[in-house]
Amino acid sequence: MSVSTCPSEPGASSADRPDGLDALDRAIVVATQAGLPLVPDPWTAVGKPLGLDGDAVRERLARMQDAGIIRRVAAVPNHYRLGYVANGMTVWDVDDAQVDRLGREVARVPGVSHCYRRPRHLPAWPYNLFVMLHGRTRDEVERQAEQLRQRLGDACRDHRILYSSRILKKTGLRLAGRSDRQDPPR
Amino acid sequence: MNAAPAIRSEPATLDAADRGIVNRLQEGLPLVAAPYAAVAAELGLSEGELLYRLERLLESGVLSRFGPMYHAERLGGGLTLAALAVPEPDYARVTERVNAFPEVAHNYRREHRLNMWFVLATETPERIGEVIAAIETATGLPVYNMPKQEEFHVRLHLPV
Repeated sequence: MSVSTCPSEPGASSADRPDGLDALDRAIVVATQAGLPLVPDPWTAVGKPLGLDGDAVRERLARMQDAGIIRRVAAVPNHYRLGYVANGMTVWDVDDAQVDRLGREVARVPGVSHCYRRPRHLPAWPYNLFVMLHGRTRDEVERQAEQLRQRLGDACRDHRILYSSRILKKTGLRLAGRSDRQDPPR
Repeated sequence: MNAAPAIRSEPATLDAADRGIVNRLQEGLPLVAAPYAAVAAELGLSEGELLYRLERLLESGVLSRFGPMYHAERLGGGLTLAALAVPEPDYARVTERVNAFPEVAHNYRREHRLNMWFVLATETPERIGEVIAAIETATGLPVYNMPKQEEFHVRLHLPV
């Protein structure tokens, strides 16, 4: 996939980009990636430095949300601070012929937040289905994992629960901040 | 221990109004003219009270972020999950080196031989490979790259 993400100047009108975003949309993304302002009219606050009025910002965000480019405008919790101290990345070695059907099925189990198919790295890593579970205790996560195990049945050869024991970093995505892009220290 | 930023992890004490805010705002802010006033009315709070509490929830690390949640690939970016098997004596040093990359959006310690798991978010899909190579150079360890091949579900909601 070859996608250019180089924006033209803010204010320039849209080139037909593969993601359907014009330069102003991308400027809104950059302006909000650290978060939405906590003021009564956040749309105007975002738009002012961009030369947009609040309604234009809101309409553009709504369009990006409808297109699935923004999942939603929402609060991201720190699991631990909410008491969800057992966060298990469960990983499953599932028959390749059945993993897509079963992945869609286990994604509907209550408690599942993320469910993906990913590549194996044999022999070190045989697991191809990743399912995130969150509980207040490890017992709770293990009960959820047992439900998944039953749904996967004979198609699953092995599984593990990798608990997170520490958050080492959590900054969220920094996708379009070209001006502050820097090379990592050596 | 000094390698990692101070991210608080002890459970917070929340009152009923805070819990209402956390639950409601995980669902999403309505894209209306005065969005906080609209949510405050639903929760029986004033707009000022909601904004004050929301700021406090962010400052105290109960919420790690509030704002638009982007779909990285649909923005034309690259996204992947990657893991390292870090020798325990080197863990702090490797954490520092990995976290120094701005492309590392999240990083978790997990209990397994592969004991460091991080998400890379880059401006272009091509850049993922470059960052992985740079992390291998910086840490001296092979990176296990596990990009998603199929997404079945993404919807984090933690009721309190």
